[in-house]
Amino acid sequence: MRWPLIRYIPRSTHYRFVRWAPVAAVISAVLLVASIGLLVVQGLNLGIDFKGGVALEVQMSRPAPLAQLRTTLDQIGAHDGQVQGFGSPNSAMVKFLPAKGEKPSDASKHVETELVKRFPDLKVTSRSEVGAKVSGELLLSGFKALGVALLLTLGYIWFRFGLSYGTGAVVAVIHDIVLTLGLLSIMRIEFSMTEIAALLTVIGYSMNEKVITFDRLKENLRKYKTTPLRDIIDLSENERLSRTIITGTTALLALGGTMIFGGPVLFPLVFTMIFGIIIGTYSSIYIALPMILIWGVKRNDDEATPIKLGAASRP
Amino acid sequence: MLTLSRWKIIAVTLSVIFGILFSLPNVLPQKTLDAMPGWLPHQKLNLGLDLQGGSYLLYEVDTDALHRERLSNLMEDTRTQLRGEQIPFGELAQQGEVISVRIGDASRYDAALNLLRKNLGAPLAGVIGGKDVTVSGKGDNRIEVTFVPEAQRADAAKAVDQSIETVRRRIDSLGTKEPSINRQGTNRIMIQAAGESDPEKLRAVIGKTAKLTFQMVDDSVTAEDVQAGRLPPGTMVAQSEDQYAPYYVLKKRALVSGEDLTNASQTFDQNGRPAVAFAFNGLGAKKFGDATARNIGRKFAIVLDNKVISAPVINSALPGGSGIITGNFTAESANELALLLRSGALPAPLNIEDQRTVTAELGADAVKAGSISLAIGAASMFVFVILAYGLFGGFAAIALVVNVLMIVGIMSMTQATLTFPGIAGLILTLAVAVDANVLIYERMRDEANAGRTPMAAADHGYKLALTSILDANITSLISGLIMFSFGSGPVKGFAWTLVIGVFTSLFTAIFITQVLIGWWFKTTKPKKLPIA
Repeated sequence: MRWPLIRYIPRSTHYRFVRWAPVAAVISAVLLVASIGLLVVQGLNLGIDFKGGVALEVQMSRPAPLAQLRTTLDQIGAHDGQVQGFGSPNSAMVKFLPAKGEKPSDASKHVETELVKRFPDLKVTSRSEVGAKVSGELLLSGFKALGVALLLTLGYIWFRFGLSYGTGAVVAVIHDIVLTLGLLSIMRIEFSMTEIAALLTVIGYSMNEKVITFDRLKENLRKYKTTPLRDIIDLSENERLSRTIITGTTALLALGGTMIFGGPVLFPLVFTMIFGIIIGTYSSIYIALPMILIWGVKRNDDEATPIKLGAASRP
Repeated sequence: MLTLSRWKIIAVTLSVIFGILFSLPNVLPQKTLDAMPGWLPHQKLNLGLDLQGGSYLLYEVDTDALHRERLSNLMEDTRTQLRGEQIPFGELAQQGEVISVRIGDASRYDAALNLLRKNLGAPLAGVIGGKDVTVSGKGDNRIEVTFVPEAQRADAAKAVDQSIETVRRRIDSLGTKEPSINRQGTNRIMIQAAGESDPEKLRAVIGKTAKLTFQMVDDSVTAEDVQAGRLPPGTMVAQSEDQYAPYYVLKKRALVSGEDLTNASQTFDQNGRPAVAFAFNGLGAKKFGDATARNIGRKFAIVLDNKVISAPVINSALPGGSGIITGNFTAESANELALLLRSGALPAPLNIEDQRTVTAELGADAVKAGSISLAIGAASMFVFVILAYGLFGGFAAIALVVNVLMIVGIMSMTQATLTFPGIAGLILTLAVAVDANVLIYERMRDEANAGRTPMAAADHGYKLALTSILDANITSLISGLIMFSFGSGPVKGFAWTLVIGVFTSLFTAIFITQVLIGWWFKTTKPKKLPIA
């Protein structure tokens, strides 16, 4: 084996990325429609951050009897009760809504007393009680944050590269977010405040990818003035390939450990980020660039003299 | 760019020293830390409540309730003023925001108007007329009294400020360690208390308004009248917590209120039952003395948050300005009431909106899970980047170590909160930092393949990759700052970690590797790049 491994990645590749764009477009369109359908039909599994209510993390000295906890919860009149395993087998997450007019804090106290009465070894290790007012505001501000992030990054890319690039990037990032939301919906992953942070990180990472793609594209557009746009896109992607592979692998390796060892609190966050990294890389190549191809770009910069492609593929 | 300028070497050395010095307290045992000289940094990472355990409480000051109370007091003031001058009046009523009254004697209408203008309301800066109420004459001998719009806002703002003060006094008297109490938005109060504090106890002392009043009992009202809702004007029904009556009919106007208290403590009455001793200030003592002197033989009620604690008969005038409150107390509840009275009443009710509690054990578990994740994430990045880029990968790994040290150092120094999601943010930051080195190295490979000398290729690698790196980091910065301004609690911590990481990553990924590669060129004079 030769070392460093980077030598295994060929110096120049000639994959025809653009040729697969129509196929990718169909796949993306299907996934988008499916995601939106899912979001409309079953929606997101809103956590108490956004729905209000009470979440108790409980720990027992034996494996938590989830079914028993569930029936108990119903018996003591907790509204919309849910019990899930949470991390270790001895822990469980108990969630419920307070009855109409009841304060979440009173409901929480009542349920805790009843649970401890019936399961003497049960201990509440973490407790969250969110009122309906705050939860509504949190949801609103969460989506506002996503919107503002999109607009600002659109503004930045527009300013740096031009409008068609900005539009391509934003369409691609919206694609990423909708697919991520669709995944969260189908996997019933709880949508909480940290998920908003995860989505913002996905926006950040995905925008990163687009910016780096565009940087290379713009540079090549200046170098090869007469080459068709689709060939330049292919060339830029091939040049960028080894970086994409290495950075992607690094990010996945780094977060993979956290997904396995980070426990149930970090899992949804990291899972979303990992999915976002994959989808963000994909959408840079198959959404953002084809968008630019369709939209077209101005190519009348006079900074570089035209060089014929093929004479030296990399000057 | 690869020339080893002096400032670059100094900057890199200083940053490494800084990172080590400021992150060191986090790994040293407390004993060593105490023995260290004072000028060395001692601050450890400020762990969020989700990592060290603790309580987060978000309250909303019910300023609407305050406003309703103020309006009702304004109506009582109007009544008292007109009665005091013996001006006949009728149809005194509150209609929405307006108190309206009809003067019975048309010849005294102007006198009434002037009287109310003179005596009602309090001064308020910045409004026309300089007072927080307006008194206006209407036709048909009517007078309307209402608060100016600014008054409601000023009241609300003052109430929130006072509430924060009161809450702080209450929490402090519980002996809570370093609570953080902040205003959030216009009328919310956020309380964070770390460690082993008992959230139930916190809530018991924070949530109570603790509005204490002494009010006369109106014994003339029969039970039938109360049932039928026929209450004389200026009286109210209050639930009772003593064992003698289910409710009392009270005069609305308080004789004295808790604001005039100077002290309160738990004590025992003559029968050895827990009670609360109190003392009034001079003004309160005078008011209380006068009122008791006027009402010997009648009953007055001690009212807490609109519930009667006890209603003793006044046997003699009480000019001393002190006394005890008896009632259905346990030693603990008497103690709690004394604490609440000492720290003062809340100007308006507080409603809890959001509460999060994490036990210290769970926090410790989170720290463990976070550390393992970080260690594994960093280790796999090291191995991968060295495998991929060899010696240059090793340089990138060194930059990564310095990056971690600097982030931990800056977060310890600024006491920014590290939350559990923040650890995930830190890991992602490191991955993005590696990306900067990958961009640089890939450029170097391109340049070397295009036929440049190793030195020129390396140099161009840095130069050409710089714009991409900057662009990428600016987009990260944007999303980090947005998270910081919109998010709360753990999300803010996550955002802060990202933002600090952007700056340290730029520095370490570019400068540290540059100095190391520059030094490597100088010492080995290579003919070929190890990554080409």
